[in-house]
Amino acid sequence: MSTFKEIFDRYSWEEVKASIYAKAAGDVERALGKSKRDLDDFMALISPAAEPFLEEMAQLSHQLTQKRFGKTIQMYIPMYLSNECNNICTYCGFSLDVDIPRKTLNDEEILSEVRMLKSKGYDHILIVTGEHNKNVGIDYFEHALELIRPHFSHIAMEVQPLNQEEYERLIKAGVHTILLYQETYHKEDYKKHHPKGRKSNFDWRLESHDRIGQAGMYKMGLGILIGLEDWRVDSFFNALHLNYLEKKYWRSNYSISFPRLRPCAGGVELKSVMTDRQLVQLICAYRILNEEVELSLSTRESEKFRDHVLKLGITSMSAESKTDPGGYTLNQENLEQFEIDDARSTNEMAQVIRKQGYEPVFKNWDAVLQ
Amino acid sequence: MHSDRLKIGDKEFGSRLFTGTGKFRSNEEMENALVASGSELVTVALKRVDLQNENDDIIQHLDHEHIHLLPNTSGVRTAKEAVFAAELAREALHTNWLKLEIHPDPKYLMPDPIETLKAAEELVKKGFVVLPYIHADPVLAKRLEEVGVHAVMPLGSPIGSNKGVITEEFIRIIVEQSNVPVVVDAGIGAPSDACKAMELGVDAVLVNTAIAVAGNPVEMGIAFKEAVIAGRRAYLNGLAGKSNTAVASSPLTSFLEQE
Repeated sequence: MSTFKEIFDRYSWEEVKASIYAKAAGDVERALGKSKRDLDDFMALISPAAEPFLEEMAQLSHQLTQKRFGKTIQMYIPMYLSNECNNICTYCGFSLDVDIPRKTLNDEEILSEVRMLKSKGYDHILIVTGEHNKNVGIDYFEHALELIRPHFSHIAMEVQPLNQEEYERLIKAGVHTILLYQETYHKEDYKKHHPKGRKSNFDWRLESHDRIGQAGMYKMGLGILIGLEDWRVDSFFNALHLNYLEKKYWRSNYSISFPRLRPCAGGVELKSVMTDRQLVQLICAYRILNEEVELSLSTRESEKFRDHVLKLGITSMSAESKTDPGGYTLNQENLEQFEIDDARSTNEMAQVIRKQGYEPVFKNWDAVLQ
Repeated sequence: MHSDRLKIGDKEFGSRLFTGTGKFRSNEEMENALVASGSELVTVALKRVDLQNENDDIIQHLDHEHIHLLPNTSGVRTAKEAVFAAELAREALHTNWLKLEIHPDPKYLMPDPIETLKAAEELVKKGFVVLPYIHADPVLAKRLEEVGVHAVMPLGSPIGSNKGVITEEFIRIIVEQSNVPVVVDAGIGAPSDACKAMELGVDAVLVNTAIAVAGNPVEMGIAFKEAVIAGRRAYLNGLAGKSNTAVASSPLTSFLEQE
C-alpha cells in the first residue's frame, strides 16, 4: 500500500523552511487574491511576510467559514478513559516517567461519566486514552464503546495508532472520528521527544492516517503539537498531509486541531513559542487554504482568546474539559494530562457563543447514519 | 398567477421557494426568516434532529400550519444507509416525504448518482414521496423519473458555494424533458440567482445558506420570496418567446420586398 511516507520523503525540512521564510508581501497578496489556494500560497500565508495582512486574512477567513459552516459552533467534550501509558513523551503529563497515580475506568465509572456528560447536554463525545496496549487496547475499547454508544450521536476517539483491522473494529463499535496528531514532522527531533515506547516509531505514526482511511473512517483529525518545533514548517507538513489524505480518502471528512504548548516550569523547553497573533494567523491560513476543513479549538486556550477567535474560522469547541480519567465524577488530584485554561461551564460557554451571534450545536450526526 | 400552484405528490404549494434549516445563528432566527420567506416546504437534516425527542427544538420552531417538513438524509454515503435513515425519519417525523441526499464526498458534497438511483427506486416502492438531490444530469433525471420519484432536485452549483446557477445549460435540458417538477437546489447565492432559475422554467428553488448567513436573514427571506415570484411571473409571461418579440429590419430578406 502506498502511503503518505512516499510524499513526505520527497521533502526536506530545511528546504521547506527556507521557502517559507523567503516569502514576501507580493506572495501573500497573490494568495489572498486567488479564488482557490494551493500549498505554495499556504506557505506565504503562514510566513512572517503575512503578519501585516492579519486583519485581511481574518476577514476572509470569517466570511469563508460562515459560508460553509454557517453561524454555528459544534460543541464536544472529551472523556478520558485511562492515563496509563507506556510511552515517554517529554511534554506530556501521562508520560511513563511522570510519577502520577494511574487509572483506567471500570464499567461503573464509565457510565457515571456518561451520565454526567449527558446531563450537561453533550451529544458529541471525544474519548481519550494513553497508549497502553495491554490494559487499554482494542478489546477494552470495544467494551467501553458498547457502554458509551447508546448515549451519544457522535463518538470521536483520540487513541494510539492502531492497525487497519483495529480501526475497522472501532468503526463497527460506533466510532465516527479518529484524532491523531503527528506532534512534529521533524523526524530527527521527533525521536528526542519520544525516546521510549511504541510512539518512538515515527513512520508507524506517520502512516496511521492511511490505515484509518483504508478502514473507511468517517472523519480524521490531524494536528501538530505547536511549540515542539518551528510551527510554520510543521504546519506546512501538516497541510501537505491533509491535502494528500483528502485526495486519496475522498469519502472522509477532516479536521485540524491547534494544541499549543505553553512555556511552564519543569516542562519541555519550547523551540518556538507561538503568540496569539500567530495562532490567529495559522487558523486563518488553514481556512483560506481549505474552505471545507473543520477547525477545532480546545480549552487549552484562554477565555479571551477563545471568545474572539470563534468568529475567525473555528468550527468546533469544547468546554469545561477535564483531562483525567473520571474527572467529571470522581474527586481526585494530579491525574491530569495537562491543565486547561478556559474553565467556564458549558452553559456559560454556550451563552458566550450565542452572544457572538452563533448557535452552539450539540447534535450534528446520528448513530442511525452509521 | 392565482391558479399557478405547484403540485408535488399529494401536496400543493402556493410558494415556489423551498428552504433549509442549517447555518442559522439560532432556531428563533431560523423560524422568523422562514416564516417571512413564505416557504411551505422546509428541509431538515436528520442528523440535526433528536429523533427520540418529541419536543426537539428545531422541529418545534417549524410548527406552523403552512410549513411542511422535508427530512433529508445528509450524511449517508450509500443507498442502504439512506433507506435505513429514511424509514426512521418517516416514523419519527410523521411524514413520508424525503429529500434523498447521498453524498459520499464530504468536501464538495457531490451527489452519488448510482447510489441515489438505487435508493430512489427502493424508497418509491416503500411508499415515500422522493425528491432526490442530483447533479444537473438530464439522463439521470429521466432515469429517476422512470423509477417514480416525485420531483428532481438538480444542483445549480456546489452546496453552500453561493455561486449561482452555473449548470444553466443542463438545467434547461432537464426542464425541457422532465415530466416531474424540477427544483434547483444548492448554489443559489442571491435573489437574482433564484429569479434567474425561475426564468429558466424550473418549478421551484431551494435556498438555505444565502438566507441563513445573510446579515438580516428575515429581510433576505423576503427578498428571495419576491425574486422567486418575479422569476416565475416572467417565465409565465412570454420571456421564453424572446424571438417573437421585436422584429428587427431584416436586410437579408429585404430584397423580396423589392419589385
